[in-house]
Amino acid sequence: MNHLFPILTVLAYLLSFGLYVRFLASGKKLTGRLGTLFLGLGLVAHYFALLERSRGLHTVPYHDLYGSMSLFGWLLALTYLGLELYHRQQSVGAFVMPFILAFFLAAHLAPADRLSPPAAHGATFAFHVTLSILAYAAFALSFVLSLIFLGEERLLRSHKLGNMVWRLPPLELLERMSQSSVLVGLVSIAIGTALGFVWVDRLSSEYSFYDPKYVVTLLVLLLYVLYLRLAGTGAWRGARASRLCIFNFLIVVLSFTVVNLYLSHSHRYF
Amino acid sequence: MEIVLVGLNHRTAPVEVRERVSFTTEQARRAAEELRARGILEETLVLSTCNRSEVYGVPPESSHECAPGLSTFLSEFHSVRPDILGVSLYHHYDQEAVRHLFRVSAGLDSMMLGEAEILGQVREAYRFAHEQGATGPVLNRLFQGALEVGKRVRTETELGTRPMSVASAGVKLAERIFGKLNERKALVLGAGTISEQVVSQLRDRGIAQLQVMNRSRDRADELAEQFGGKVVGWGEWGTALQSPDVVVSSVSADEPVLRRDIVERAMAARGNRALFLMDLGVPRNIDPSVGELYNVYVYNTDDLSEIVQQNRNARESEVPRAQGIVDEHVTKFLSWQASVELVGLVDALRVKMREERASFIRSRMEPMKHLTEADRAHVEKLMDEMLEKLLLGPAERLRGEKELRRKIQNVEALRDLFLSNREKP
Repeated sequence: MNHLFPILTVLAYLLSFGLYVRFLASGKKLTGRLGTLFLGLGLVAHYFALLERSRGLHTVPYHDLYGSMSLFGWLLALTYLGLELYHRQQSVGAFVMPFILAFFLAAHLAPADRLSPPAAHGATFAFHVTLSILAYAAFALSFVLSLIFLGEERLLRSHKLGNMVWRLPPLELLERMSQSSVLVGLVSIAIGTALGFVWVDRLSSEYSFYDPKYVVTLLVLLLYVLYLRLAGTGAWRGARASRLCIFNFLIVVLSFTVVNLYLSHSHRYF
Repeated sequence: MEIVLVGLNHRTAPVEVRERVSFTTEQARRAAEELRARGILEETLVLSTCNRSEVYGVPPESSHECAPGLSTFLSEFHSVRPDILGVSLYHHYDQEAVRHLFRVSAGLDSMMLGEAEILGQVREAYRFAHEQGATGPVLNRLFQGALEVGKRVRTETELGTRPMSVASAGVKLAERIFGKLNERKALVLGAGTISEQVVSQLRDRGIAQLQVMNRSRDRADELAEQFGGKVVGWGEWGTALQSPDVVVSSVSADEPVLRRDIVERAMAARGNRALFLMDLGVPRNIDPSVGELYNVYVYNTDDLSEIVQQNRNARESEVPRAQGIVDEHVTKFLSWQASVELVGLVDALRVKMREERASFIRSRMEPMKHLTEADRAHVEKLMDEMLEKLLLGPAERLRGEKELRRKIQNVEALRDLFLSNREKP
């Protein structure tokens, strides 16, 4: 298999990470913009890497764990880029890029599975999977943003500002960014889940409506709706809402790992 | 093409001298006109701020020779006795004048290290002088370089990024919590000078609403009127604390005026929206335990002073980087200056050689009667070609090689050697 696109992806993501870190340290606008540019280039290279891998193995990206992880990394990068452009805030890039890189590298450095060609599930199924992974990526992003919020809030409360606090986004912007990200995740998971049920309904002879994954997905959906609801109320706004967001993501991780691998009958890597 | 600078600043002159030697816009225009009309300077630029008055110029002859005339002019122009002015004035020539200006625009020569306003003042002084036609190629290049230095220092170093006063540190901290303050509301407790400084900073950031609470109603009215705020009666905490995001307190009181129970009630009423409290009073105006409340951030004078000190240290650590940028641009300017002078020298040499060639040919070809006009023209053409060939190589190298221009340090000596008509001693 050709390694050009994976190498280009890693290089672009690494450069983007380095530039975002430098932006955080120096505050130079040009550095931040270059960070964004290399993230965009990384996204393009990552897309072709995914495409090439799928063509080479005659499968879809989410057919195995590694493909799912790479797709997750790509969607995380895409969601982050959208959020960054929407909120015009580049200070978070230095914290998100390691996750994107980690998922990409974990997926591409590991030995490939010997895969049998996937069953032809159709467009509904493809949308169901892609939207679900997009939702997980958006929730991961809100998790990172909540962590940054708690860290910055702690520094501000303890009066130990150091150099970095002056470069981080304001607390209220972090809250808004986290809520935007959760909203993207909720819409995606709602549509994705609905499409999943449509697909199961069509093939009700092969798949069951009773799967622990459905329960956990419903729980995730409810928890994030709760987060959005509480984040604007007096008792919860600020640090408490951020803690809830972090807790919610732990449930997402549980759904993505334990539930998929050991409990679900019809979900493997998404 | 020399440069001269005569001026004074906060280091060399007390405020009573500085204020007498400062220039209004009209005075700057008149001074520049007179300096050129009297033939003291060919190009002129007056830079006048509250901390400095400086005249930059390009003299017709040597810069060292014109400096005393410039000092006398300043003394006469502002009607200040020369002995008073003399001790405060500094004179810089050529490289040192260039370095001085670049340091000024970088904020390295300012009273508050790295202050941002000076770059705007340099830009404005240059724009004004340029519009008046007082600048020429040298000062244009010099001030464009100075503006570039100032911009680079501010974007590539952290010399001017961090707040350097308690008031600005407090406002910057509020921005760490709320972001832009233009949709935020503020409450000011006490109407003293420190409050005024903070309010001024908040106003600059376009704060949406300002409330003033003070024991003396008259002073509260005064401050509210000055900054377009409204007055709240002293002790009306229920209404006063419900809407503001930022509270600035500098009340003279032995006991804290903002107790925990007051803020606790206010936070409940405002649905726990974040509240930033700036306690600038000594003794403290806000009960320290208020800082333990959820979504409440309290900073007192010591906290803010510590931040200012950290920022001052951080700014000072950036000085070598800023100085590096200044040095880089000084070298660049001097290289440009040398190239202009050297190219001028080559052009002058070419004119002189052509003149020599004409008189040489006239005298040597006069006896050669057998030559036709066509032969004579051909010989002249060949000589011209040879002279051009001799000069073309050095001229191109001077234009293209920075290092060569750097090596030729004394253009005047070359001019003297090749163009002077002096006989051998």
